[in-house]
Amino acid sequence: MPVKRFDKTPMPTQVAGMRAHNFLEVNEGYTEDHARFEAERCLRCQDPICVTGCPVGVPIPQFIHAVALGDMQGASRLLRSANPLASVCGRVCAQENQCEARCSLAGRFNPVAIGHLERFVADWERTQTQEAKPQITRTEKVAIIGSGPAGLVCAGELARLGYSVTIYEALHAPGGVLRYGIPEFRLPKDILDWEISLLTDLGVKIECNVIIGRTLSLDQLTTKMGYSAVFIGTGAGLPQFLGIPGENLVGVYSANEYLTRVNLMRGYSADADTPVAHGESVAIVGAGNTAMDAVRTAMRMGASKAMVIYRRSETEMSAREEEYHHAKEEGVEFHWLTNPLEIIDDGNGRVSGLRCQRMVLGEPDKSGRARPVAIPDSEFVIPVDNVVLAIGTTPNPMLTRTTAGLSTTPSGCIVADERTGSTSRSLVFAGGDAVSGAATVILAAGAGKRAASAIHETLNPG
Amino acid sequence: MSRIVETRQLTPVTKMFVLDNRLIAESAQAGQFVMLRVHKDGERIPVTIADYDREAGTITIVVQAVGATTRRVDALDVGDEILDVAGPLGSPIEIPDGGAHVVGVGGGFGAAALLCLMREIHAKGNTATAIVGARNQDLLIMTNELLGVADNVEICTDDGSAGMKGFVTQRLAQLIEGQGPGRPDRVIAIGPMAMMRAIAATTKESGIKTMVSMDPLMVDGTGMCGGCRVIVDGKSQFACIDGPVFDAQLVDFDLAMRRNKAYAEQEKAAAERLACATAEAV
Ligand SMILES: Cc1cc2nc3c(=O)[nH]c(=O)nc-3n(C[C@H](O)[C@H](O)[C@H](O)COP(=O)(O)OP(=O)(O)OC[C@H]3O[C@@H](n4cnc5c(N)ncnc54)[C@H](O)[C@@H]3O)c2cc1C
Ligand SMILES: Cc1cc2nc3c(=O)[nH]c(=O)nc-3n(C[C@H](O)[C@H](O)[C@H](O)COP(=O)(O)OP(=O)(O)OC[C@H]3O[C@@H](n4cnc5c(N)ncnc54)[C@H](O)[C@@H]3O)c2cc1C
Ligand code: SF4
Ligand code: SF4
Ligand code: FES
Repeated sequence: MPVKRFDKTPMPTQVAGMRAHNFLEVNEGYTEDHARFEAERCLRCQDPICVTGCPVGVPIPQFIHAVALGDMQGASRLLRSANPLASVCGRVCAQENQCEARCSLAGRFNPVAIGHLERFVADWERTQTQEAKPQITRTEKVAIIGSGPAGLVCAGELARLGYSVTIYEALHAPGGVLRYGIPEFRLPKDILDWEISLLTDLGVKIECNVIIGRTLSLDQLTTKMGYSAVFIGTGAGLPQFLGIPGENLVGVYSANEYLTRVNLMRGYSADADTPVAHGESVAIVGAGNTAMDAVRTAMRMGASKAMVIYRRSETEMSAREEEYHHAKEEGVEFHWLTNPLEIIDDGNGRVSGLRCQRMVLGEPDKSGRARPVAIPDSEFVIPVDNVVLAIGTTPNPMLTRTTAGLSTTPSGCIVADERTGSTSRSLVFAGGDAVSGAATVILAAGAGKRAASAIHETLNPG
Repeated sequence: MSRIVETRQLTPVTKMFVLDNRLIAESAQAGQFVMLRVHKDGERIPVTIADYDREAGTITIVVQAVGATTRRVDALDVGDEILDVAGPLGSPIEIPDGGAHVVGVGGGFGAAALLCLMREIHAKGNTATAIVGARNQDLLIMTNELLGVADNVEICTDDGSAGMKGFVTQRLAQLIEGQGPGRPDRVIAIGPMAMMRAIAATTKESGIKTMVSMDPLMVDGTGMCGGCRVIVDGKSQFACIDGPVFDAQLVDFDLAMRRNKAYAEQEKAAAERLACATAEAV
């Protein structure tokens, strides 16, 4: 066996000074040499604890071993059997809290770059001609509501089992947050389009511009239209606001609005009709992945000052490590322990500043994180042209408000069985952010996958 | 995709389109809208469903050309396809279960939106009165169609060239006093924000329940962006899912009007770009 090296093989990236001004992908991807080199670092543990950190149980040592041997075909088969959205997850999973956090090398050395390898294999697969497609072999039809990762994965799994599957999507393009939320520089839309083309190649039909609960009801799907089962993957897209004065001034956005204008509506292209603000100085409130995406987007839209405002500290931030690191390299300013109190009017109904107060960390709160406490007389104003609020989302209510008999929690999440996704209505399953509240791509994908097996077992037991 | 099966120029800047879209025609109700997109880099714009025909599988919309996107729509004709049409969105207008006098007030494209509203009001056993207004006779739209579905149609023009000389608010005030078809039990206004605000002021003292159909800027129309928020009774509401129809006395119109001008400069530039591109193509 070759000598094990301590460090991860670094991911080649675009130079920070350049990438902060374009929408091209930041990470350029491993070459085959990088990948095989990195794959050799894996100890192929007898009891691979890394796998327990992966919500869908990717056979990590096996696929990495195949990479080390140069058997990319084998690697991609192993990977895809567990994770149908590998090209996406390799890019956006918070590996440092999941698979890589558990890697045996993680304690004393750097963990194996499982995410980078996953991305490498999926990107390799993308360059290959696809294998023969399975056919629709069953009579049962299944409807999927929402085309985010939960819906896409559920659709793919059912299509592979021979079901006739139709996805209904409210927007004009499929992908959910992968389309409208996560920016091009992190997840190129070509990659998403390719993943979706694999599904349509399998015979999955995608009907955009159809809102279930409005255009068609859930009951119409299960009765008149003859669907044997339905999977709901409508996500948690409803943005929350802070409730502070000035929130409705012109120039204040939810992160969803800001990112949608730029990503879905292609606001970064001069040809697109949908307008978006190009503030010189932009403040993003919040410190999750959404905040990182918004602040890095603001830089790319031409801001000379792009800031993250967060009332807790660096330690409590929920963004992926890589995103935070990239944002810092790109020149994003971080204002920790800073609580926004008011968005200031320039006198004409537009934003001119953000009044904040300084905080200190106190006792832990319900979430177990240290509760920020205001420091008296510490108020100050940051001059800004735009404020983007990235403080969380709740489930989209369009379907639940118009559908009888579908149990929801007080916060609007659909009640569904953890293991099967079954809901209070028979033959209706649900998963992803619509059930859990805002979470992650791989958790949504996992829920879609489990629901697909449960639907299969229900429709064709034994 | 939705094919345009009929068009009619109503005024120099307003055009009616009948679209082939069975799914929306079958589920549409008064007060709802669709989101349209006309080309691959185009924006999504909200447009009210003026009428629907469940049997024919068509919906009618009326578009006023005010900027780049509405001008692109305006340029379309019978046989053309509209790239994306999603709907029906928004909550339907709540209509009394019968025996009420419901007055719909329409201005601009809002007059067209009264079509299916009047029919639904009448069908539920209420008296349906439409008040429509314009600067002059030539700018009035859909009056003949309204005569076919409403119990009463009251016309107002600023110059007196048709119907009463005066504003829709003046006619409404007369009705509240008991003139013409008489005092309304409920008022629903659809039209320019300034008109809706004036209607709210007109009915305020009377205590008559008054609803307005708000038209803030929208991006998705599905509750996902929050850009369409309006303040109703001091609380933030998303017009696309909580509305677009709200209690007129509780809406913060000043804020709503200010927010609609957010992109005035960029919109003007887009319209100019479109005008140049059209000029080059000619
Ligand atoms: C900006 C941003 C960045 C993120 N970054 C990361 C990251 O780096 N890593 C990570 O793991 N996670 C990240 N997340 C979270 C992750 O994207 C979500 O957890 C995931 O997309 C949830 O998937 P889903 O399939 O449940 O729903 P969604 O992706 O939300 O998709 C739901 C879809 O359903 C459609 N829909 C809703 N209602 C209806 C209806 N009634 N009829 C028809 N269609 C309907 C919606 O239009 C939407 O397309 C991020 C989220 C955001 C917003
Ligand atoms: C629920 C709803 C229903 C609507 N129904 C109709 C309809 O049936 N027929 C119709 O012609 N229009 C309707 N509108 C308005 C229509 O959506 C806008 O006119 C359109 O988005 C303008 O796009 P544009 O690119 O052509 O013009 P822009 O360049 O975007 O705007 C041109 C001018 O119009 C103003 N404007 C932009 N958006 C709106 C808006 N939402 N409301 C009022 N003024 C606006 C701008 O401030 C600007 O002065 C509706 C809006 C909403 C929210
Ligand atoms: S899917 Fe995500 S958690 Fe699982 S192995 Fe891949 S990167 Fe790690
Ligand atoms: S724990 Fe780390 S070293 Fe062990 S198999 Fe998993 S990736 Fe390889
Ligand atoms: S238009 Fe986006 S939330 Fe209403």
